Amino acid sequence: MHPYTGLSNRRYSGSQVDRNRCKIDSVGQTDGNAFETDRYEKVSKMTEIRRTPLYGLHVELGGKMVDFAGWEMPVQYPLGIMGEHKQCREKAALFDVSHMGQVILRGENVGEKLEALCPQAYATLKEGKARYGFFTNAEGGIMDDLIVSNAGDHYFVVVNAALRHQDIPHMRANLDGVEVTEIFDRALVAVQGPKAEDVVGALCPAARDLKFMETTIADILGVECRISRLGYTGEDGYEISIPEDKAIEITRAFLAHEDCEPAGLGARDSLRLEAGLCLYGNDIDQTTSPVEASLGWAMQKRRKEEGGFPGAERVQRELAEGPARKLVGIKPDGRAPARQGVEVQCLEGNTIGQITSGSFGPTVGGPVAMGYVSAGHGEPGEKVNLIIRGKAQPAQIVALPFVKQNYKR
Amino acid sequence: MATYYSEEHEWLAVDGDTATLGITKHAAEQLGEVVFVEQQEVGDEFEKDGEIGVIESVKAASELYAPVDGEITEVNEALADNPGALNDDPEGEAWIYKIKIADAAQLEDLMDEAGYKAFIG
Repeated sequence: MHPYTGLSNRRYSGSQVDRNRCKIDSVGQTDGNAFETDRYEKVSKMTEIRRTPLYGLHVELGGKMVDFAGWEMPVQYPLGIMGEHKQCREKAALFDVSHMGQVILRGENVGEKLEALCPQAYATLKEGKARYGFFTNAEGGIMDDLIVSNAGDHYFVVVNAALRHQDIPHMRANLDGVEVTEIFDRALVAVQGPKAEDVVGALCPAARDLKFMETTIADILGVECRISRLGYTGEDGYEISIPEDKAIEITRAFLAHEDCEPAGLGARDSLRLEAGLCLYGNDIDQTTSPVEASLGWAMQKRRKEEGGFPGAERVQRELAEGPARKLVGIKPDGRAPARQGVEVQCLEGNTIGQITSGSFGPTVGGPVAMGYVSAGHGEPGEKVNLIIRGKAQPAQIVALPFVKQNYKR
Repeated sequence: MATYYSEEHEWLAVDGDTATLGITKHAAEQLGEVVFVEQQEVGDEFEKDGEIGVIESVKAASELYAPVDGEITEVNEALADNPGALNDDPEGEAWIYKIKIADAAQLEDLMDEAGYKAFIG
């Protein structure tokens, strides 16, 4: 057997993105143009793998480090993926997400200009609010998903690690009169779980006053941080942007709380899957439209009606007529996990789709998956077969999420 | 009775022309928490390096490869309901198959415990 598979580059490199035929060459490779000012480049030139400001702490805590989209990140700590997953659902878990791209946008009418690239209502996003969204391409596919915050005198944007080198030039080229600054000197730490408010609030009382999808600037241990009440686990929690020289000190202070443990990429993936949240490169990519990806909720009414974003024609057509395929939750009846790429068949034996994310859901206590099925299929309760290693395994279409989202609204 | 080890991280406890087969503690540690084991059936014959099962952790599926030619004579059914046993006691209670070895000469290609320890470093 090859027991390292799940913990090696194969699984966690940008290959997830490559496999889906994105127009990105070798994700994770150092792109001299896009990253010439990258100050995180403090690593061996031989591997060209980047490290976040928390790297030393991960190693000290026993993190099992893997290559993820060109970053050396912890896939798990000694607690293990299941333990870390449950920690997040029951108490609080801390994730290093510094590999994601933090970007500041300054200029006149930034929100309106972003609407030319995204189907979200960013022009009307109020100060102190954050909103999930995505860049669409001319064909109505998804270029990347992101979070945009209105920070008052600027906009703060967080994009996927593997797509920084696509998104930054995209914004520079298309946001006329907007200064696009990629931040290289701040860590980004996510504290997620029902006890996240206690963990973060103990050091930063202002965090308690935030509601879901609100953002503010506040001091933590005397250092100015950006604190946003959001995340990607389905739980209440925060993402905190911290100056790199204080990142370890503040992270240690969070971890000193009895209810907070570090968690890695493995738990992050199973948490977001149970929460029914899409992973770029698996569930959404340049070919999938937001309507197909069941992301209609993330496009505001005015934008759906007005259009005016790349690929609006396809999105509006699919909203009116229904998409050719649709992302749904799929629950295998048995214990065998259905992984990415597994074929979905209707009971008559015809292929109706494919799994895009599949794993074991520790909170569900069994396998969980998401995948696309063609029009005419995909109603919750529909029985299907999953072709796992050549054998048909019974499964059922289910409503997402698998685990109730637990946001503080 | 002697125990042999393969480069694919299986152990094989040989007693005459029969043997018990499982995965090593090292493999179990690397896999992480095992959530599913797919086993073949009694009577199934296999060739050395052929796939004889799949072990899935939270994150990924790993194939189990036959260290020698042979036939399955017994399946550890307990693993279906309790795959986590592979993390708790992979070299004991969580054996995977009992097999009949077809060609004992193939054992010479496997490692002894000291050799395996050196192999995994």
